[in-house]
Amino acid sequence: MSDSDVLVQVRDLKVHFPIKRGVLFDRTVGHVKAVDGVDLSIPRGKTYGLVGESGCGKSTLGRALLQLTPPTAGEVSFDGVELTTLAPGKLRAMRKRMQMIFQDPMSSLDPRQNVESILTEGLQAHGIGGNREGRRKIISETLDKVGLPRWALSRYPHEFSGGQRQRIGIARALVLGPELIVADEPVSALDVSIQAQVVNLLDDLQDSLGLTYLVIAHDLAVVRHISDTVGVMYLGALVEEAPSDRLYTEPLHPYTRALMSAVPVPDPDVEDRRERILLAGDLPSPANPPAGCRFHTRCPWAQPTRCADERPALREIGGSRVACHFAEQIATGELRPHKVSAEIVRPEGEGEEPGVVSAPSEPGSFV
Amino acid sequence: MALLEVDDLSVTFARRNQRAVHAVDGVSFSVDAGEVVGLVGESGCGKSVTSLAIMGLLPKQPGLRVGGKAVFDGTDLLQLDDRSRRDIRGRDIAMIFQDPLSSLNPVIPIGLQVTEVLTRHRGMKGDAAAKEAAQLLDRVGIPDPKRRLKEYPHQLSGGMRQRALIAMAVACQPRLLIADEPTTALDVTIQAQILELLKDLVRDSGTALVMITHDLGVVAGMCDTINVLYGGRVVETARRRPLFREPRHPYTVGLLGSVPRLDAGRGEKLNPIPGSVRDLLPWADGCAFAPRCTRRVDACVGQPPELVLAHDGRSYRCVNPAPVPGLTPAEAAPVTVAGAADVPVADEPPAPAAGPVPAPREEEKP
Amino acid sequence: MTIISRKKKEKIDRLAELAARDDERGVSLWQEAFRRLRRNPAAMVGAVILGLFVIVSVVGPFLVPYAPEAQHWKDEIRVGFLPGVRAENWFGVDHIGRDQFSRMIVGARQTLLVGVVATMIGLAVGSLIGGIAGAAAGLGGRWGRAVDNVLMRFIDMLLAMPSLLLAISIAAILGAGLTTVMIAVGAVSVPVFARLLRGSMIAQSNSDYVLAATSLGVRKPKIALSHVIPNSLAPVIVQATLTLATAIIEAAALSFLGLGNNDAAIPEWGMMLADAQRYIDIAPRLAILPALGIIITALGFTLLGEAMREALDPKLRK
Repeated sequence: MSDSDVLVQVRDLKVHFPIKRGVLFDRTVGHVKAVDGVDLSIPRGKTYGLVGESGCGKSTLGRALLQLTPPTAGEVSFDGVELTTLAPGKLRAMRKRMQMIFQDPMSSLDPRQNVESILTEGLQAHGIGGNREGRRKIISETLDKVGLPRWALSRYPHEFSGGQRQRIGIARALVLGPELIVADEPVSALDVSIQAQVVNLLDDLQDSLGLTYLVIAHDLAVVRHISDTVGVMYLGALVEEAPSDRLYTEPLHPYTRALMSAVPVPDPDVEDRRERILLAGDLPSPANPPAGCRFHTRCPWAQPTRCADERPALREIGGSRVACHFAEQIATGELRPHKVSAEIVRPEGEGEEPGVVSAPSEPGSFV
Repeated sequence: MALLEVDDLSVTFARRNQRAVHAVDGVSFSVDAGEVVGLVGESGCGKSVTSLAIMGLLPKQPGLRVGGKAVFDGTDLLQLDDRSRRDIRGRDIAMIFQDPLSSLNPVIPIGLQVTEVLTRHRGMKGDAAAKEAAQLLDRVGIPDPKRRLKEYPHQLSGGMRQRALIAMAVACQPRLLIADEPTTALDVTIQAQILELLKDLVRDSGTALVMITHDLGVVAGMCDTINVLYGGRVVETARRRPLFREPRHPYTVGLLGSVPRLDAGRGEKLNPIPGSVRDLLPWADGCAFAPRCTRRVDACVGQPPELVLAHDGRSYRCVNPAPVPGLTPAEAAPVTVAGAADVPVADEPPAPAAGPVPAPREEEKP
Repeated sequence: MTIISRKKKEKIDRLAELAARDDERGVSLWQEAFRRLRRNPAAMVGAVILGLFVIVSVVGPFLVPYAPEAQHWKDEIRVGFLPGVRAENWFGVDHIGRDQFSRMIVGARQTLLVGVVATMIGLAVGSLIGGIAGAAAGLGGRWGRAVDNVLMRFIDMLLAMPSLLLAISIAAILGAGLTTVMIAVGAVSVPVFARLLRGSMIAQSNSDYVLAATSLGVRKPKIALSHVIPNSLAPVIVQATLTLATAIIEAAALSFLGLGNNDAAIPEWGMMLADAQRYIDIAPRLAILPALGIIITALGFTLLGEAMREALDPKLRK
């Protein structure tokens, strides 16, 4: 793949949130390493799916990529332009090329704006469409694309059903004519039958508009369905990245295997046949991640050597990239899984961002 | 005789100056001893209200009307007074909720909450109760149970809280366990742990389990019998395998077509149900699903569809059910409907809405 | 097919068409809140009380039978006796021979004026400080948080002082008078409004739709003005209504303490109450009537405020 085909290139991206304590003066007592060194590239016109459980940093990664949360370190290059060092004005102008779809369509729409004003806002911010008539035309076309009726324009978000609200959110992202759309859990707040409508809509829009997607979700089945490449995240880092089909047929990382085996399939025959890899305990706190391989505390294949003290890097194995010291031995069956006893994990680490955090200092700001 | 027999249960919320809401509109199903029964449906189908009505946990408010019967072991739960219902609740029937944090009292240690159940229903006190509580926590897979007893709910993770809640539910070896979306708030690997735990508990103790969920994958792996709910009524009941292999009600067909499967290839199109749950026809005027149905015929509107009983205990509420592969249409559709022959099967793209039923106005793709 | 079922189907068709009428305008949250307010009986009672109060205070002074400062019945007053309720003095006569009814009516205007102006002062100053602090803290980054810190420490100082003490201190500095009462009562409510608006704005700044606007490339000042502030106003409006009630009571308290207007031509309920206490044995009505006036008006504002809180509460939205 040549460089010109790559739309987004992320290199060693880190987002650390300081944990602050203190009554009068805030002292930084540690960092929540929400994203801790992620490399990935998204080819133009393709879909990259990011999957992981809550607290793995996938949403933070999506926001850091769009510079909505300032990254602590690392680079994000969008179509050859480095975003992390871009001046605020230029970044604002770039925003029309990269948009976001949110999980909860209700909370991501301003309840006091009607649909027309929601859709006009971005156009006004970038001076697209010229006058009111020009904007109306663009908005009408966008409504058609997402399958909303024209009378929706004068209505307010609370007058729509969940699925339609998500369509409004998609329309808001589309109206600027972006190249990249970051969709953060685009369907998880919707009912099953509506999920399928939205998934199909996203698929159709990609076909007709040539969009590039970064889809972030906890539902492996949904992610696999719409993605060309899937990245699996665990505690702030990618543990495996593989083409969508290959990830299912040949999962290499123990966590991917466990995740895959945990997803219920609506087919009794499959459910009865397959073997579950049950993980012990909960996700460790991202404020205090385990040393070595982050997964070794729960890994059924963990070995006494290397796993606990050496952090595995992503390495290429037959078309996939995987961060496991013993991936080959596990794949061939040379290593067998063993029982792991659960450790109690305090829920402080739950959620992507703890209650007492403040954004790290923006790059380039004076201190 | 079934352990729990719910017959024509209806729950209506009537508010002043507003139209009455039929949250549950004639739900009937039964649970045999030791059986795992699933209630599946999307939000607003009445699955949670059904369980709350059976347990007598619906908030008492003016305008609430509960009708029908819920016979548990010979007694109609809906006719009981509060006191005897409380006795049955926790001892014979226990319930697990979706959000473990709000179901546990935040200012009381886990241990006290478990021993409270033991004291109330099993008359255990002091050390004996504490010992039993520790054993229960151990049984549901909470590590180091003796120390956990002194801890508060916020000190435990979501999965551990759900385990503690399950420990409380099974403390008195109930004969029926009702689990309302027990894993929806949890991550998928934790969900797998909890489902496995529930399966083990049911297998070991012979407790019957009613599993309420929106996730077809969860019921596929767990339930013996599955009831699919739509608009406050059961639209299809079947054993597990027949339901997934040959769903008859178009709504079941639509649900199955909507779920992306982990084992399907990339790019396979999903077959969503057009419209949204808001496009509901009152059951009195016909089939509630008719406005969204791709197999709709004239007979769907006018009177509520009869329950059709098919072989091996399956039943569906549809006048034009999806055909069973390999059977001739006549065999597949016990109720012969005029004009049904040219209706496309659900696998094909939906035909343009014909007939007198309002077309779905929401969510439908142009 | 039977005729009945066909009719039924036609009915359903019509219903569906009605529900999907294309020309129907959307209903904004404000409109919906207003509809809810209109259906609330408590709100209606509050509104009727306040409506009467406003009418009385606006037109009342032109219709009163006697001038409020005229001492027409001075001669009838003896030790231990004040003329009571009678045809010419509906509410009796006060301690220096003035008509109590006329004074009550004219006093209503003063009470309304003090309440409204004091609340306006509190609302304006408090919202300005709170708005700046909220916008700075929510959207301003590192420097914004510093600005917010400075402003909020100042507000905390105001908040730490007991409100009546603060009002008395201000009144002592400025000297007694109507303006003093307004400023003092207004100053007391400044920290409340500032805290409320700031907290509400910070909460809104963390919401998804602000993030969405940022990702659309909307400028921060525009986000603050068109998204954050409109969505933060509801609690402030409710508080303003409730503050009107407390402002009236506090203004009465200040007048009672002798810090209010000393001009006999302009009666005020609090002052009337203060004057009446010496005659509570022989003419309790002189104290009861102004007290009742204050209570009923405050009740009206409170009822309306509580009803508005319910109407604007997003949690109660369907």
